[in-house]
Amino acid sequence: MDTQAAALLGAGLVYGLAAIGPGIGIGIVAGNAVQAMVRQPEMQGQVRTTMFLGIAFTEALALFGLLLFFILYGKA
Amino acid sequence: MIVAQIVQVPSDINEMFDWPAVLPLGINRVVLLVFLATIATFLFLYLPFRRSRIVPTKFQAAVEWGVGFVKTNIGRDVIGPESVKYEWLLIPMFFWILFLNLFEVTPFINFPPTSRMAIPAFLAVFVYIVFVFVGIKKHGFRYFFKTVVPDVPWPYLILVTPIEIISVFFIRPVSLAVRLFANMLAGHIMLTVFFLTSAAYFVLSPKLLAFPIPFAFAVVITGFEIFVGALQAFIFTLLTAVYIESSIHLEH
Repeated sequence: MDTQAAALLGAGLVYGLAAIGPGIGIGIVAGNAVQAMVRQPEMQGQVRTTMFLGIAFTEALALFGLLLFFILYGKA
Repeated sequence: MIVAQIVQVPSDINEMFDWPAVLPLGINRVVLLVFLATIATFLFLYLPFRRSRIVPTKFQAAVEWGVGFVKTNIGRDVIGPESVKYEWLLIPMFFWILFLNLFEVTPFINFPPTSRMAIPAFLAVFVYIVFVFVGIKKHGFRYFFKTVVPDVPWPYLILVTPIEIISVFFIRPVSLAVRLFANMLAGHIMLTVFFLTSAAYFVLSPKLLAFPIPFAFAVVITGFEIFVGALQAFIFTLLTAVYIESSIHLEH
């Protein structure tokens, strides 16, 4: 396999693989936040802020994958 | 001429990534849009309070709601009573990023300057300097020691200290910049792809009647991008507040 093909293959794989973990993670964060909001509706504001914070940290990993996609795509 | 630069339509797809300079000092379309957002932020925060009234006008009430949101939900809830000292940073930064992000869906502009790495990188470096400076000012050199040596049994420090050094002083600014940049770039590319697909169907094979489908997607995504732009401005400011808070209160 030549370098160009390997870079394109890697570019495709890297974003797909990078999206799996954060996908599961954001699901867990949002699901538990809904549970917390339902159990204690008076804490809704604080739970929502914390949820966005958790989503932001988790989502960063997927975005690193997106960035790596562009880097690898530029190599091809 | 400057207005023509701001509302221009790129003739070539590569201009999505590479804007030629139009004025001296390498000022290109991105820089002009940044200037526009800066002026908009200044007017947005200055005009309603130039002659503020006890019974606010509609515009003043809206701006007061936005400023109050940043003050309470981002500043006071995260940092605590000391947040008053950092509002000079949080409030203008929130609205500046918000305006830059909303240029993505503004008609005739359709380009978020935050999807150029320079602007998120500048903001992240600025936030980095601020939170390190706050930590040093508050705790002196102990700030670095306390940050990288947390309160755990000492054998764990072999593992924890390198992780803390990397995560606080390297990953923090990088992920802060990349999060904003990659979100806006992804949204911009998504909008471009759907609008261009719709236009290509319309021009190349109008009898197929396929062009409404990508166009409908593009309209939905436009609404979604308004949400994402506001959310990213919120998250960037929120994380700034969280980092400042972690520099003030070292014990957790």
